Amino acid sequence: MEIDGPLGLLAELTYRCPLACAYCSNPTELAAYRDELDTAEWQRVITEAAELGALQCHLSGGEPLLRRDLADLVRTAAEQGLYTNLVTSALGFTEKRAAELHDAGLDHVQVSLQADEPALSDRIAGLPSFRRKIEAARRVRELGWPLTLNVVLHRQNIDRIPEILAAAEELEADRIELANTQYYGWAALNRAALLPSREQLAEAEVVVREAKERLRGRMEIIYVIPDYYATYPKPCMGGWGARQLVVVPTGDALPCLAAHGLPLPSANVREHDLAWIWQDSPMFSAYRGTDWMQDPCRSCSRREVDLGGCRCQAFALTGDATRTDPVCHLSPDHGIVEAAVAEANEERTPVDLPLVPRRERQRN
Amino acid sequence: MTSPITTSGVPRLARGVKLRFDRSRERHVLLLPETVVVLNATGTAILELCDGQRTVADIVAALREQYADVPEGQVVAYLAKLAERRHLEITDGD
Repeated sequence: MEIDGPLGLLAELTYRCPLACAYCSNPTELAAYRDELDTAEWQRVITEAAELGALQCHLSGGEPLLRRDLADLVRTAAEQGLYTNLVTSALGFTEKRAAELHDAGLDHVQVSLQADEPALSDRIAGLPSFRRKIEAARRVRELGWPLTLNVVLHRQNIDRIPEILAAAEELEADRIELANTQYYGWAALNRAALLPSREQLAEAEVVVREAKERLRGRMEIIYVIPDYYATYPKPCMGGWGARQLVVVPTGDALPCLAAHGLPLPSANVREHDLAWIWQDSPMFSAYRGTDWMQDPCRSCSRREVDLGGCRCQAFALTGDATRTDPVCHLSPDHGIVEAAVAEANEERTPVDLPLVPRRERQRN
Repeated sequence: MTSPITTSGVPRLARGVKLRFDRSRERHVLLLPETVVVLNATGTAILELCDGQRTVADIVAALREQYADVPEGQVVAYLAKLAERRHLEITDGD
């Protein structure tokens, strides 16, 4: 079978980050990712991804600006004809570094915001950062880049969508992603404090629908509901090993940004070239297509639509990555998701449960 | 912002949007931060002319040098669709 190359490379350059957001999808064992690829190794990964057919390079993390060689990596990607997209907290996006990245050919910047105002934003981020983020977002526009704001939504900020959109309008953002938390890594650990109630979601949907209408042609709004409330699962990454190639700081290549813990042999760019990893490695072949499916997915008319959902979510919740994603209402394990949703909707569950901040720690 | 397109309007790719040839799949694409828009031959021919200099009328005229049948309404509709999606910016040429 001829396997089409990846469309995008998601380069998670480092898991170091000045912020401590409890909704982070990075793995909880951050200390295991200190041995980062060096500049030449990343440049080889970027070049091989372009040769395989990648068109976009997302530079992410952790906080990619903590890599002093970021502009060099952007330059390599730009020389390879890749569309370069920086996904950043914007801390460290100084005038000097912004100019360097601009000169290197960076195409697009996505700045994360945690809320619309300093008190809540700084509490969620775990450090005073809101004002610096706003300054950096303005800098993005001043240098002529399009501005996308990324806001991860959850129980503690979803009620503030109108204010968040007002802040985005004030910043003249071109796009805003209002994406509910995906429960991987730190977010999975903090799920009970992050999962919104049905009532919160219903209100959010009304607000978003009205805003999309009002801002049509001025600001694009991308709204993603939490899959725990969906009837069917998301077609994670557009299919396993189908469109996206993730490389983590230590060089492991993954088909999904949450695949760190799956019981598959690792495929590391320090040991293999990307072509072998993409086309032949067990990591990328394991759940490609639909042959791996069990029922109910195997016999489902939607198997090519949602591709069984997320393998990593299935593994995290059931211990078996080949089971149907439990967010699907047809999954025999759907009760796991229903129980979490029921808890989020109990009247006695407060809106501001304590969050476990993301940070490097020793495991017990 | 979303006023109807006139033939004196001057279209160009919006900020952050790139027109590229996808070597490995031998097709033209528009690249956006989270999206790849696959273009057909007609779309490519139109977008290659959206250089921020030519008016819509100029673009239709240039297309007529390459193709026998170029309905102006269809070109305008295509540009309007891309402008609505913010892949194109159309400034007033007057």
